[in-house]
Amino acid sequence: MSAVVVDEVSFRYGERTALSAVSFDVQPAAIFGLLGPNGGGKTTLFRLLCTLLPFQSGRATVSGHDVAAAPADVRRAIGVTFQSPSLDGKLTVGENLRAQGQLYGMSGSELKQRIEQITARLGLADRLRDKAETLSGGLKRRVEIGKGLLHDPQVLLLDEPSTGLDPGARHDLWRSLAELRDAGMTVLVTTHLMEEAERCDRLAILNRGEIVALGTPDELRASVGGDCLTVRGPNPQWLADRLAEMFQVDPRVVAGAVRVEGQRDHTLMSRVIEAFPEAVASVSFGKPTLEDVFIARTGHRLWDEGHS
Amino acid sequence: MTLATTAQKPAIKASVRSRRSSTALAVWALAWRELVRFFRQRTRVVGAVGQPVIFWVLFGAGLQTSFRPPNWAPADMTYQEYFLPGIAVLIVLFTAIFSTISVIEDRREGFLQGVLVAPVPRLSIVLGKLAGGTVLALIQAALFLAVGPLLTWVGLAPPMELAVTSAIVLKTFAFLVLLAFALTALGYCIAWPMDSTQGFHAIMSVFLMPMWLLSGAFFPGGAGWLGWVIRLNPLTYGVAGLRRSLYPPGTFDDGLPAMWLCVTVSIGFAATCVAVAVWMTNRRRITAT
Repeated sequence: MSAVVVDEVSFRYGERTALSAVSFDVQPAAIFGLLGPNGGGKTTLFRLLCTLLPFQSGRATVSGHDVAAAPADVRRAIGVTFQSPSLDGKLTVGENLRAQGQLYGMSGSELKQRIEQITARLGLADRLRDKAETLSGGLKRRVEIGKGLLHDPQVLLLDEPSTGLDPGARHDLWRSLAELRDAGMTVLVTTHLMEEAERCDRLAILNRGEIVALGTPDELRASVGGDCLTVRGPNPQWLADRLAEMFQVDPRVVAGAVRVEGQRDHTLMSRVIEAFPEAVASVSFGKPTLEDVFIARTGHRLWDEGHS
Repeated sequence: MTLATTAQKPAIKASVRSRRSSTALAVWALAWRELVRFFRQRTRVVGAVGQPVIFWVLFGAGLQTSFRPPNWAPADMTYQEYFLPGIAVLIVLFTAIFSTISVIEDRREGFLQGVLVAPVPRLSIVLGKLAGGTVLALIQAALFLAVGPLLTWVGLAPPMELAVTSAIVLKTFAFLVLLAFALTALGYCIAWPMDSTQGFHAIMSVFLMPMWLLSGAFFPGGAGWLGWVIRLNPLTYGVAGLRRSLYPPGTFDDGLPAMWLCVTVSIGFAATCVAVAVWMTNRRRITAT
């Protein structure tokens, strides 16, 4: 049985369509990513699955429970980590966790044990007495995840969990998620970061409320075809113009690097280095990235969408 | 060791077997949090008690000469003594406002969404907030009623004819609980749909403060439209009920609403506010963020 099923779900805020006929399902014990730009519909879908928004059309189930009809069962089955922190800064870490446990009907020695277990596992055991507002962003996020895991949910939902985290903390977070998945947890995570999407077992790419691609990261990349040459140097635009002249290719400057896509000829790499030994700092040649997938399916870059 | 061990599931399932006990536990968790937060932000105490006490002393002294006790009160009642239950109600109102304004902060800061996705009946979310606010209002109003009259000794209050018997203390306590519960529920209903605390402050100035001014707290009834507004204001019965609770039976004439009427109106008012609060909390709100 699928852990999460989303079936033809649409949602509108007044005139604006946030989701249109979105369907996918998530297998148990997998990390499923919802990748898309801000405003693409990820958070709306997330809030629908969390039982916070009313369903307008379509349906969804979590662990077999209908989200619209049986919200209490869904709430029991899910652990949720929101993008904005849900910790009470005035309470200590231990107090936050205890209140959370009590909301899920846990108490006494069972709750105490569970808190000890979770905090030990997440490396928070020595922080139980610290006020939540004094913690770093990475630690706060870990407590948030601890809150979500306290009642041992079947599905963990995370909305942009790495927002505001430094690279080290982000790495820790994803290692924890992978461990949870290996232990049998289903994880559904939204992100607008390609590097995070790469770490998911399966992905849905969401753009303007529609799913434009669905599959494993490898499947999605394979769907684009060809390889991508990325050249970095001090003056990317100049380099791009020279490459276009010399090799009759169509380079683009993306985020300070020159990219030549759809290449089958890997000798181009050595020819570029030989031709511009001074202007090239590094060269890589590889399979298309998820960004390439996004561009191929939507005709624009993920980040260009911005807040449109 | 893993985080998601199947071996723990029976234990956790067993502990959620009783819905009633888990509702009570959730109410307790949320109420307890209100109290902890309050006592960790001491300035809130000053705001909720300080201003009313200053009002009481200043208005009490300033308006004494122009005050004529209403005909249902003892003829020698001073203004400050008349004003005492009104100020206690103001403290309850302020505390109720401050503790329910946190609904807006909880929503903004994100704590509320964590509570809303928990498998607890929405009633327990409302009751948790109300229980916390009620206890805080009760503590502060009771403190004022106990300490206020003692200001006589330092010359900041005139001598008062308050009697302290166990019946009076009990009656006052019970009525304060009812009043605090009703006003916290009212505050919750106002705060719930709001996205900013500024909005709440506006409502406070144009609705809650006039409601208090027109409850017999600040001045006794009036003629014409003023009298009608006062009679239709549910808080009038809160102030009158507290006034009656503070004195032995027979102190006031029939001009002041009878105790049974005060209790009935206050219970009805509280029940209405709680029902509206639960209804609002039950709806899934459509917000763009």
